[in-house]
Amino acid sequence: MSRARRFRLQVFRIAVFVVMGLFFLVPIGSMFEFSTRGNSATAPRNLDAWLNIVKTPELSEAIIASLELAVITTLAMLVLVLPTMVWVRLRFSGLSRVIEFICLIPLTVPAIALVVGMVPIYRWININVNDSILTLAFAYLILVLPYSYRALDAGLSAIDLKTLSEAARSLGAGWATVMLRVVMPNMSTAILNASLLSVALVLGEYTFANLLAYENLQVAIAYVGLVDAGTSIAVAVASLMFAFVLLLILSYLGRRQAPFAPAAAADYDLAQTVGLSGGVIGRAGR
Amino acid sequence: MTGGNGSEATRAAVEVRLEDLRRTYGTTTALDGLTLTLSPGELVALLGPSGCGKTTALRLLAGLEEANGGRVIIAGKDVTNVPANRRDIGMVFQAYSLFPHMTASQNVEFGLQLHRVDQDERRQRAREVLDLVGLAAHANKFAHQMSGGQQQRVALARALAIRPKVLLLDEPLSALDAKVRSRLRDEIRRVQLEVGITTLFVTHDQEEALAIADRVGVMQAGRLEQLGPPTEIYSRPRTPFVAEFVGLSNRMPGEVKFGGVEVRGTQLPLVQKDVPAGPAVALVRPEAVTIAGDGESASGPLVGTVIAVAFLGAVSRVTVDLGDITVLAQLPTSAAADHPAGSRVRLALRPDPVLVETKEATTASA
Repeated sequence: MSRARRFRLQVFRIAVFVVMGLFFLVPIGSMFEFSTRGNSATAPRNLDAWLNIVKTPELSEAIIASLELAVITTLAMLVLVLPTMVWVRLRFSGLSRVIEFICLIPLTVPAIALVVGMVPIYRWININVNDSILTLAFAYLILVLPYSYRALDAGLSAIDLKTLSEAARSLGAGWATVMLRVVMPNMSTAILNASLLSVALVLGEYTFANLLAYENLQVAIAYVGLVDAGTSIAVAVASLMFAFVLLLILSYLGRRQAPFAPAAAADYDLAQTVGLSGGVIGRAGR
Repeated sequence: MTGGNGSEATRAAVEVRLEDLRRTYGTTTALDGLTLTLSPGELVALLGPSGCGKTTALRLLAGLEEANGGRVIIAGKDVTNVPANRRDIGMVFQAYSLFPHMTASQNVEFGLQLHRVDQDERRQRAREVLDLVGLAAHANKFAHQMSGGQQQRVALARALAIRPKVLLLDEPLSALDAKVRSRLRDEIRRVQLEVGITTLFVTHDQEEALAIADRVGVMQAGRLEQLGPPTEIYSRPRTPFVAEFVGLSNRMPGEVKFGGVEVRGTQLPLVQKDVPAGPAVALVRPEAVTIAGDGESASGPLVGTVIAVAFLGAVSRVTVDLGDITVLAQLPTSAAADHPAGSRVRLALRPDPVLVETKEATTASA
């Protein structure tokens, strides 16, 4: 590559970086600025809005509930989806199209339609079992299915699942050992991707919670916004920053993994990191 | 061999019996009643074209697939319904099968951990088997840092480390290039003899099978066509399929009479008994065809024109056009040099026993 060409490429890179950086940082910066204005035009800059996050019990409860939901949904997704996909690939490869179709359905059904279908079920659960907000995890599990399926599918395609699992079995491994010690370590990037997507989706979810009358993070932000705009914006910035930190952790772990991770998974990782859910939706539509 | 491997070599080898094994996939019969006994410490190679059922046989023995009928008996114990992870087998696969996230040594120790071998002994045994396959210096490398041949040697070490009763090799060399392949082939045989383990080796490469096996089983369409030592398989094939699959054969028309077969004026003894007299096709090995002399002025049924000479190293393969058929002769390269393409030669057939295909046999096998 000639020097002039390398220089032009470098300029192009910096330009893209600056434009995209401004695109993301200006709104977030503005939000932060707004959250420190105080309640009247004359009030000095302060962090009252941020302190209110902790002082408003409904808000901190909603944050904790959303975090709990994110963890439960992600774990449930991994426990349910990963072994199923491995099993289907090894034993019923003819079924893989069916499973893929089922997993992608939630993507095509609008959230509002899903919720309307779920209302009677949730009413029954609330009356007969429990009315905890954590029951939302069932609904969220369906919501994250298409995204996690795509991420895990890419990871599974990148390894020779059949040979690796047969080799492990011939060495004396039962199915649990095959999953925990052979399959999962070799698709850790894909698992991280799927988990991050699921956490991000759950933390950003509004429709389900609102229509099923639960107060999760986004619903709480909306309510607080009605009475105290500063605090609601502070929470929004905080949740954005949280997602941002998660992304950084992911790309750090992904890079550290790179020497062992198959190339395809690494590429996928990059695509994921660049365009979080947009990338996945684009893929799913293919 | 180092002293540390003594325990490997003295371990008692076991007998393996496959009894009337059957396996179908939908309407396809992959294995149609295979019966095979491997003596303790023996290396048997199953040889055949793809789809002949050899890999299915190995997978049924490994427990990676379930039989539709028949029994698998290892060391006198019926293991037909025992899952793969409790069969006590070691296996090397065609595809590279090292766990990518572990080093060579960790790969080897994986099986030992599952067999609850304590850490010190694990380390010791991993070192021993890696030493056995000549890779002690690569113990800390990951699969992606090793060549294909090295990966397969680690896979062999990993399979042997758990001291299995049976070693199964599923075309372990087919992903490698020719030179590495023949070296690793000899290496596998050396290790197998050193450890003394009963081994089933599956391959579609006749050279591989003939070179390292105690006995070779040639398979076709889910059945065992012939089982015997490599020399017998090669020089006394029992069926036309074996004769043509193993080595090269000239198909020369002739006539069965007087307990032999007359091919172009030469009487050859028969491998088979009780062949009805009459027209038949004799399968003659190229090395049984020699050039008797210059054919410039001669005439006769075995006089023809050399149309091609293929140089194969120490030997050359000469194609001779006899008018109605072409015949391959394999000669020392020095002898073949006297007969360039275009020259007239007179051939002679060495009176080795040959296999014939009669009309009925041809229609039956078609």
